[in-house]
Amino acid sequence: MSSLSRLFLLGLLCMAKVASSAEFNQVQHEKSSVSFGYKQMGVAMDGKFRKFVVNLNFDPSKPATANAQVDIDLASIDTGTSEGDDEVAGKQWFNSKAFPSAKFASTSVKALGADRYEVTGKLSIKGKSVDAIAPFTFKPQGPAGVFDGALTIKRLDFAIGEGPWADVGAVANEVQIKFHIVATALPTTAAPKK
Amino acid sequence: MNSQSPSRYANSAILIHWLTALLIFVAFPLGKYMHDLPLSPQKLELFSYHKWLGITVLLLFLPRLLVRMAKPPPTALPAPAWQHIAANVTHALLYLLILLVPLSGWLMSSAKGVSVVYLGLIPLPDMVDKNKELGSLLRNFHEALSTGLFVLVALHLAAAIKHHVIDKDGTLRRMLPGRNV
Repeated sequence: MSSLSRLFLLGLLCMAKVASSAEFNQVQHEKSSVSFGYKQMGVAMDGKFRKFVVNLNFDPSKPATANAQVDIDLASIDTGTSEGDDEVAGKQWFNSKAFPSAKFASTSVKALGADRYEVTGKLSIKGKSVDAIAPFTFKPQGPAGVFDGALTIKRLDFAIGEGPWADVGAVANEVQIKFHIVATALPTTAAPKK
Repeated sequence: MNSQSPSRYANSAILIHWLTALLIFVAFPLGKYMHDLPLSPQKLELFSYHKWLGITVLLLFLPRLLVRMAKPPPTALPAPAWQHIAANVTHALLYLLILLVPLSGWLMSSAKGVSVVYLGLIPLPDMVDKNKELGSLLRNFHEALSTGLFVLVALHLAAAIKHHVIDKDGTLRRMLPGRNV
């Protein structure tokens, strides 16, 4: 047990060493993804959003000062079929003409130990805002850092799927949103190399 | 068994035959009807029911083969040779399509990214990956094979009625529950 905790401390020290050198704030959108999963008639389905903008500042040595803002272009949804894409753009679903984007704004970030963190914030879709908590991991990968996390929302909290679609027997209320964000540090904020 | 051929199909064979017939008679028009519907929860439900019906047809095929091996069908009633050949070919093709129609539907579901969860409880494995081109190819296959099955069933039905009404022989009765006559 003591050797395990020593290993853990060593790991923390190593991480702190890597971490102290950078604040990750340059999101590599082409390497990042925002996807979602849900159940339809008991069948696990998935999809993704092709267009989204993430702004974040994350220094692993000071997670409490981190923040993130996410803006997802709802019209860029890929449900797997054009029929599905057209349907969810409609008034009963996202009504994406009137509400073109889903937004997330963080209010706090806390460290959960090891490479695990938790971001709290407000998720706003279709004119409705709900407090959301998303656990995520942060892993350095070369010069970049990779954020992987997920949160489960209830689509009816945002009136996503009204009228006949409010029937959660066909399309489940729970929707899992998964994010994979790759960010690098701006050279100016990184520790100068000599 | 070697002394005398039975005059009727075994009860288990009769049960599976009519159960398969019933499932096909529901699944086929359902398939035709549902795919032109606008997307709605009802459409998603109907697609699921259609898939469950099809998988049940597929599941009934194994006991059907086992029953056929254990209790061979009665020997064909006297008829012109061409009719025996036509009947054998139709029966063989019916068996083939009873396998291929549900299988192509299953593969198509996987390719289209909507895996089959039998009765909403048992997830069936995806034997192909999600792929749009493959999905529409399999869709065409499934439709063509279903149409083929429809034609064969119509032929099969017409022959059964012809034997019963025109020839007034026991062909249809052999597939109906009842006493051995």
